[in-house]
Amino acid sequence: MQQHPAAGYAQDRASLTRFSGSAEYIWAVTGTELGLAISVFLACAVEAVEALTIVLAVGTTRSWRSTLTGVGVALLALAVITAALGPALTALPINALRLVVGALLLIFGLQWLRKAILRAGGLKALHDEEKAYEEELAAARDAGAVDRTRFDPYSFTVAFKGVLLEGLEVVFIVLTFGSNQHNVGLAAAAAAVAVLAVVAAGLAVHRPLARVPENTLKFAVGVMLTSFGMFWGAEGAGADWPGGDAALLVIIPATLLVSFGLVALIRRRRRLGRRRAVGAEAAVRA
Amino acid sequence: MRRVEAFLRFMWDFVVGDDWRIAVGVVVALGITGLVAGASIPAWWIVPVAVIALLAGSVWRAARS
Repeated sequence: MQQHPAAGYAQDRASLTRFSGSAEYIWAVTGTELGLAISVFLACAVEAVEALTIVLAVGTTRSWRSTLTGVGVALLALAVITAALGPALTALPINALRLVVGALLLIFGLQWLRKAILRAGGLKALHDEEKAYEEELAAARDAGAVDRTRFDPYSFTVAFKGVLLEGLEVVFIVLTFGSNQHNVGLAAAAAAVAVLAVVAAGLAVHRPLARVPENTLKFAVGVMLTSFGMFWGAEGAGADWPGGDAALLVIIPATLLVSFGLVALIRRRRRLGRRRAVGAEAAVRA
Repeated sequence: MRRVEAFLRFMWDFVVGDDWRIAVGVVVALGITGLVAGASIPAWWIVPVAVIALLAGSVWRAARS
Protein backbone atom coordinates (compact mmCIF):
# COMPACT_ATOMS: atom_id res chain seq x y z
CA MET A 1 0.00 0.00 0.00
CA GLN A 2 1.23 3.46 -0.89
CA GLN A 3 2.28 5.46 2.13
CA HIS A 4 0.84 8.92 2.36
CA PRO A 5 3.65 11.48 1.96
CA ALA A 6 2.59 13.29 5.10
CA ALA A 7 3.37 10.12 7.08
CA GLY A 8 6.79 9.83 5.45
CA TYR A 9 7.37 13.49 6.07
CA ALA A 10 6.50 13.08 9.75
CA GLN A 11 8.89 10.12 10.03
CA ASP A 12 11.67 12.12 8.34
CA ARG A 13 11.02 15.01 10.64
CA ALA A 14 10.92 12.72 13.70
CA SER A 15 14.19 11.09 12.71
CA LEU A 16 15.83 14.44 12.28
CA THR A 17 14.44 16.18 15.32
CA ARG A 18 16.05 15.82 18.71
CA PHE A 19 13.89 16.32 21.75
CA SER A 20 15.64 17.55 24.84
CA GLY A 21 14.43 17.43 28.46
CA SER A 22 13.76 21.15 28.47
CA ALA A 23 11.15 20.67 25.75
CA GLU A 24 13.20 22.42 23.09
CA TYR A 25 13.21 21.23 19.52
CA ILE A 26 16.32 21.49 17.40
CA TRP A 27 14.96 22.05 13.94
CA ALA A 28 16.56 20.32 11.04
CA VAL A 29 15.89 20.58 7.33
CA THR A 30 15.80 17.58 5.01
CA GLY A 31 17.61 17.73 1.68
CA THR A 32 14.35 17.75 -0.30
CA GLU A 33 13.02 20.63 1.80
CA LEU A 34 16.23 22.56 1.21
CA GLY A 35 15.91 21.89 -2.53
CA LEU A 36 12.30 23.04 -2.41
CA ALA A 37 13.15 26.25 -0.52
CA ILE A 38 16.10 27.12 -2.81
CA SER A 39 14.12 26.42 -6.01
CA VAL A 40 11.12 28.46 -4.90
CA PHE A 41 13.33 31.30 -3.59
CA LEU A 42 15.31 31.60 -6.85
CA ALA A 43 12.25 31.33 -9.11
CA CYS A 44 10.31 33.90 -7.08
CA ALA A 45 13.28 36.28 -6.90
CA VAL A 46 13.53 36.26 -10.70
CA GLU A 47 9.80 36.90 -11.15
CA ALA A 48 9.85 39.61 -8.46
CA VAL A 49 12.73 41.43 -10.20
CA GLU A 50 10.73 41.50 -13.44
CA ALA A 51 7.55 42.71 -11.73
CA LEU A 52 9.52 45.36 -9.80
CA THR A 53 10.94 46.77 -13.04
CA ILE A 54 7.42 47.33 -14.40
CA VAL A 55 6.10 48.81 -11.14
CA LEU A 56 9.08 51.17 -10.71
CA ALA A 57 8.85 52.40 -14.31
CA VAL A 58 5.15 53.15 -14.27
CA GLY A 59 5.11 54.47 -10.69
CA THR A 60 8.03 56.85 -11.24
CA THR A 61 6.70 58.22 -14.54
CA ARG A 62 3.00 58.46 -13.78
CA SER A 63 1.12 57.89 -10.52
CA TRP A 64 2.40 55.97 -7.51
CA ARG A 65 -1.08 55.83 -5.96
CA SER A 66 -2.70 54.19 -9.00
CA THR A 67 0.33 51.91 -9.51
CA LEU A 68 0.24 50.67 -5.92
CA THR A 69 -3.54 50.16 -6.18
CA GLY A 70 -2.88 47.96 -9.22
CA VAL A 71 -0.23 46.03 -7.28
CA GLY A 72 -2.63 45.57 -4.34
CA VAL A 73 -5.51 44.31 -6.50
CA ALA A 74 -3.16 41.92 -8.33
CA LEU A 75 -1.88 40.53 -5.00
CA LEU A 76 -5.49 40.07 -3.88
CA ALA A 77 -6.31 38.19 -7.10
CA LEU A 78 -3.23 35.99 -6.59
CA ALA A 79 -4.31 35.25 -3.02
CA VAL A 80 -7.78 34.20 -4.25
CA ILE A 81 -6.25 31.96 -6.96
CA THR A 82 -3.91 30.37 -4.39
CA ALA A 83 -6.76 29.81 -1.92
CA ALA A 84 -8.88 28.21 -4.65
CA LEU A 85 -6.22 26.01 -6.26
CA GLY A 86 -4.18 25.07 -3.17
CA PRO A 87 -6.76 22.86 -1.43
CA ALA A 88 -7.85 21.38 -4.79
CA LEU A 89 -4.28 20.28 -5.52
CA THR A 90 -3.58 18.89 -2.07
CA ALA A 91 -6.88 16.95 -2.13
CA LEU A 92 -5.66 14.83 -5.07
CA PRO A 93 -4.43 11.28 -4.33
CA ILE A 94 -0.63 11.28 -3.97
CA ASN A 95 0.23 9.44 -7.20
CA ALA A 96 -2.19 11.54 -9.27
CA LEU A 97 -0.78 14.69 -7.64
CA ARG A 98 2.81 13.69 -8.39
CA LEU A 99 1.94 12.76 -11.97
CA VAL A 100 0.04 15.99 -12.70
CA VAL A 101 2.45 18.26 -10.82
CA GLY A 102 5.49 16.42 -12.19
CA ALA A 103 4.22 16.73 -15.77
CA LEU A 104 3.43 20.44 -15.36
CA LEU A 105 6.77 21.17 -13.67
CA LEU A 106 8.62 19.23 -16.34
CA ILE A 107 6.92 21.07 -19.22
CA PHE A 108 7.36 24.41 -17.46
CA GLY A 109 10.96 23.67 -16.42
CA LEU A 110 11.99 22.51 -19.88
CA GLN A 111 10.67 25.75 -21.37
CA TRP A 112 12.71 27.79 -18.86
CA LEU A 113 15.78 25.66 -19.48
CA ARG A 114 15.41 25.84 -23.27
CA LYS A 115 15.31 29.64 -23.16
CA ALA A 116 18.20 29.77 -20.67
CA ILE A 117 20.34 27.49 -22.89
CA LEU A 118 19.56 29.58 -25.99
CA ARG A 119 20.48 32.77 -24.07
CA ALA A 120 23.71 31.30 -22.70
CA GLY A 121 24.58 30.02 -26.18
CA GLY A 122 24.09 33.50 -27.66
CA LEU A 123 21.07 32.61 -29.80
CA LYS A 124 18.61 34.68 -27.77
CA ALA A 125 19.14 38.14 -26.32
CA LEU A 126 19.98 38.16 -22.61
CA HIS A 127 17.23 39.58 -20.43
CA ASP A 128 18.29 43.13 -19.60
CA GLU A 129 16.37 44.85 -16.77
CA GLU A 130 17.83 48.29 -17.59
CA LYS A 131 16.58 47.96 -21.17
CA ALA A 132 13.18 46.65 -20.04
CA TYR A 133 12.95 49.58 -17.59
CA GLU A 134 13.77 52.14 -20.29
CA GLU A 135 11.15 50.58 -22.61
CA GLU A 136 8.51 50.70 -19.87
CA LEU A 137 9.43 54.32 -19.10
CA ALA A 138 9.09 55.30 -22.77
CA ALA A 139 5.73 53.50 -23.06
CA ALA A 140 4.46 55.20 -19.88
CA ARG A 141 5.50 58.65 -21.18
CA ASP A 142 3.91 57.95 -24.59
CA ALA A 143 0.61 57.10 -22.89
CA GLY A 144 -0.10 60.83 -22.48
CA ALA A 145 -0.20 63.38 -19.69
CA VAL A 146 -1.29 62.32 -16.23
CA ASP A 147 -3.01 64.17 -13.42
CA ARG A 148 -1.23 62.76 -10.36
CA THR A 149 -4.09 63.75 -8.05
CA ARG A 150 -6.56 61.53 -9.95
CA PHE A 151 -6.82 57.82 -10.56
CA ASP A 152 -4.69 56.85 -13.57
CA PRO A 153 -6.10 53.79 -15.41
CA TYR A 154 -2.82 53.29 -17.35
CA SER A 155 -0.69 52.98 -14.20
CA PHE A 156 -3.26 50.72 -12.57
CA THR A 157 -3.60 48.38 -15.57
CA VAL A 158 0.12 48.07 -16.32
CA ALA A 159 1.00 47.43 -12.65
CA PHE A 160 -1.92 45.00 -12.23
CA LYS A 161 -1.04 42.98 -15.34
CA GLY A 162 2.68 42.97 -14.59
CA VAL A 163 2.29 41.76 -11.02
CA LEU A 164 -0.49 39.29 -11.86
CA LEU A 165 1.37 37.65 -14.74
CA GLU A 166 4.71 37.40 -12.93
CA GLY A 167 2.87 36.42 -9.74
CA LEU A 168 1.02 33.58 -11.46
CA GLU A 169 4.35 31.88 -12.11
CA VAL A 170 5.22 32.31 -8.43
CA VAL A 171 1.85 30.83 -7.38
CA PHE A 172 2.31 27.93 -9.80
CA ILE A 173 5.77 27.12 -8.46
CA VAL A 174 4.77 27.51 -4.80
CA LEU A 175 1.69 25.31 -5.19
CA THR A 176 3.34 22.58 -7.26
CA PHE A 177 6.46 22.31 -5.09
CA GLY A 178 4.61 22.88 -1.82
CA SER A 179 1.71 20.47 -2.41
CA ASN A 180 4.01 17.70 -3.59
CA GLN A 181 6.13 17.97 -0.47
CA HIS A 182 3.08 18.58 1.71
CA ASN A 183 4.80 21.74 2.80
CA VAL A 184 3.04 24.64 1.11
CA GLY A 185 3.97 26.74 4.17
CA LEU A 186 7.71 26.35 3.53
CA ALA A 187 7.27 27.08 -0.20
CA ALA A 188 5.16 30.15 0.57
CA ALA A 189 7.72 31.35 3.14
CA ALA A 190 10.58 30.97 0.64
CA ALA A 191 8.53 32.91 -1.93
CA ALA A 192 7.68 35.65 0.58
CA VAL A 193 11.34 36.05 1.62
CA ALA A 194 12.37 36.31 -2.05
CA VAL A 195 9.71 38.90 -2.87
CA LEU A 196 10.44 40.95 0.28
CA ALA A 197 14.20 40.88 -0.40
CA VAL A 198 13.70 42.08 -3.99
CA VAL A 199 11.20 44.79 -2.96
CA ALA A 200 13.51 46.01 -0.16
CA ALA A 201 16.45 46.16 -2.58
CA GLY A 202 14.29 47.95 -5.16
CA LEU A 203 13.12 50.53 -2.60
CA ALA A 204 16.71 51.08 -1.49
CA VAL A 205 18.12 51.74 -4.96
CA HIS A 206 14.92 53.06 -6.58
CA ARG A 207 16.11 51.60 -9.86
CA PRO A 208 15.58 48.22 -11.54
CA LEU A 209 17.81 45.53 -10.10
CA ALA A 210 20.05 45.24 -13.13
CA ARG A 211 22.91 43.75 -11.13
CA VAL A 212 20.93 40.64 -10.18
CA PRO A 213 22.40 37.83 -12.33
CA GLU A 214 18.94 37.16 -13.74
CA ASN A 215 19.99 34.97 -16.65
CA THR A 216 22.12 32.77 -14.40
CA LEU A 217 19.24 32.50 -11.91
CA LYS A 218 16.86 31.51 -14.71
CA PHE A 219 19.30 28.80 -15.80
CA ALA A 220 19.45 27.46 -12.24
CA VAL A 221 15.67 27.57 -11.84
CA GLY A 222 15.18 25.76 -15.15
CA VAL A 223 17.51 23.00 -13.97
CA MET A 224 15.70 22.68 -10.61
CA LEU A 225 12.17 22.67 -12.09
CA THR A 226 13.15 20.11 -14.73
CA SER A 227 14.89 17.87 -12.17
CA PHE A 228 12.02 17.89 -9.67
CA GLY A 229 9.54 17.48 -12.54
CA MET A 230 11.39 14.38 -13.77
CA PHE A 231 11.55 12.93 -10.27
CA TRP A 232 7.91 13.48 -9.32
CA GLY A 233 6.49 12.80 -12.79
CA ALA A 234 8.17 9.39 -13.08
CA GLU A 235 7.20 8.51 -9.49
CA GLY A 236 3.61 9.53 -10.14
CA ALA A 237 3.56 7.32 -13.25
CA GLY A 238 4.58 4.36 -11.08
CA ALA A 239 8.38 4.23 -11.50
CA ASP A 240 10.68 3.70 -8.52
CA TRP A 241 13.90 5.74 -8.52
CA PRO A 242 17.03 3.85 -7.45
CA GLY A 243 17.95 5.25 -4.04
CA GLY A 244 14.58 6.98 -3.53
CA ASP A 245 14.86 10.71 -2.73
CA ALA A 246 18.68 10.47 -2.99
CA ALA A 247 18.24 10.05 -6.76
CA LEU A 248 17.73 13.83 -6.87
CA LEU A 249 21.41 14.21 -5.95
CA VAL A 250 22.22 12.61 -9.30
CA ILE A 251 19.33 14.02 -11.35
CA ILE A 252 20.10 17.69 -10.59
CA PRO A 253 23.84 17.62 -11.49
CA ALA A 254 23.12 15.43 -14.53
CA THR A 255 20.52 17.92 -15.79
CA LEU A 256 23.02 20.74 -15.24
CA LEU A 257 25.70 18.81 -17.11
CA VAL A 258 23.44 18.08 -20.10
CA SER A 259 22.43 21.77 -20.20
CA PHE A 260 26.08 22.93 -20.15
CA GLY A 261 26.81 20.41 -22.90
CA LEU A 262 24.05 21.87 -25.08
CA VAL A 263 25.33 25.43 -24.45
CA ALA A 264 28.84 24.31 -25.47
CA LEU A 265 27.46 22.68 -28.66
CA ILE A 266 25.56 25.83 -29.64
CA ARG A 267 28.62 28.04 -29.04
CA ARG A 268 30.80 25.69 -31.08
CA ARG A 269 28.27 25.68 -33.92
CA ARG A 270 28.14 29.50 -33.87
CA ARG A 271 31.96 29.74 -33.89
CA LEU A 272 32.17 27.35 -36.84
CA GLY A 273 29.45 29.30 -38.65
CA ARG A 274 31.35 32.56 -38.16
CA ARG A 275 34.62 30.98 -39.36
CA ARG A 276 32.90 29.61 -42.48
CA ALA A 277 31.37 33.02 -43.18
CA VAL A 278 34.77 34.73 -42.82
CA GLY A 279 36.37 32.06 -45.05
CA ALA A 280 33.67 32.45 -47.72
CA GLU A 281 34.09 36.23 -47.65
CA ALA A 282 37.86 35.90 -48.04
CA ALA A 283 37.38 33.49 -50.97
CA VAL A 284 35.04 35.94 -52.72
CA ARG A 285 37.57 38.77 -52.27
CA ALA A 286 40.39 36.61 -53.60
CA MET B 1 -16.49 33.96 -25.97
CA ARG B 2 -13.49 36.15 -26.80
CA ARG B 3 -12.51 36.25 -23.15
CA VAL B 4 -12.65 32.45 -22.93
CA GLU B 5 -10.51 32.23 -26.05
CA ALA B 6 -8.06 34.78 -24.68
CA PHE B 7 -7.89 32.89 -21.38
CA LEU B 8 -7.28 29.56 -23.13
CA ARG B 9 -4.58 31.17 -25.29
CA PHE B 10 -2.96 32.64 -22.19
CA MET B 11 -3.01 29.25 -20.43
CA TRP B 12 -1.53 27.59 -23.51
CA ASP B 13 1.30 30.16 -23.67
CA PHE B 14 1.79 29.98 -19.90
CA VAL B 15 2.13 26.20 -19.66
CA VAL B 16 3.16 25.00 -23.12
CA GLY B 17 5.25 27.99 -24.21
CA ASP B 18 7.27 28.24 -27.40
CA ASP B 19 7.62 24.57 -28.31
CA TRP B 20 4.51 22.38 -28.10
CA ARG B 21 6.58 19.29 -28.93
CA ILE B 22 8.08 19.44 -25.44
CA ALA B 23 4.64 19.24 -23.81
CA VAL B 24 3.54 16.38 -26.07
CA GLY B 25 6.84 14.56 -25.51
CA VAL B 26 6.57 14.85 -21.73
CA VAL B 27 3.00 13.46 -21.75
CA VAL B 28 4.03 10.57 -24.03
CA ALA B 29 7.13 9.79 -21.91
CA LEU B 30 5.09 9.70 -18.71
CA GLY B 31 2.48 7.50 -20.41
CA ILE B 32 5.16 5.01 -21.52
CA THR B 33 6.64 5.11 -18.01
CA GLY B 34 3.24 4.22 -16.57
CA LEU B 35 2.79 1.31 -18.99
CA VAL B 36 6.30 -0.10 -18.42
CA ALA B 37 6.10 0.33 -14.64
CA GLY B 38 2.66 -1.36 -14.70
CA ALA B 39 4.33 -4.41 -16.25
CA SER B 40 6.75 -4.50 -13.26
CA ILE B 41 9.73 -3.51 -15.44
CA PRO B 42 12.10 -0.80 -14.15
CA ALA B 43 10.90 2.43 -15.79
CA TRP B 44 12.74 5.26 -13.98
CA TRP B 45 15.16 5.80 -16.90
CA ILE B 46 12.48 6.58 -19.51
CA VAL B 47 11.76 10.15 -18.39
CA PRO B 48 15.45 11.24 -18.18
CA VAL B 49 16.14 9.80 -21.65
CA ALA B 50 13.05 11.56 -23.01
CA VAL B 51 14.07 14.84 -21.35
CA ILE B 52 17.54 14.76 -22.92
CA ALA B 53 16.05 13.98 -26.35
CA LEU B 54 13.31 16.63 -26.08
CA LEU B 55 15.62 19.36 -24.79
CA ALA B 56 18.36 18.63 -27.32
CA GLY B 57 15.81 18.43 -30.16
CA SER B 58 14.12 21.68 -29.19
CA VAL B 59 17.40 23.57 -28.75
CA TRP B 60 18.72 22.18 -32.03
CA ARG B 61 15.60 23.25 -33.94
CA ALA B 62 15.88 26.74 -32.46
CA ALA B 63 19.59 26.89 -33.36
CA ARG B 64 18.92 25.91 -36.97
CA SER B 65 16.01 28.30 -37.51
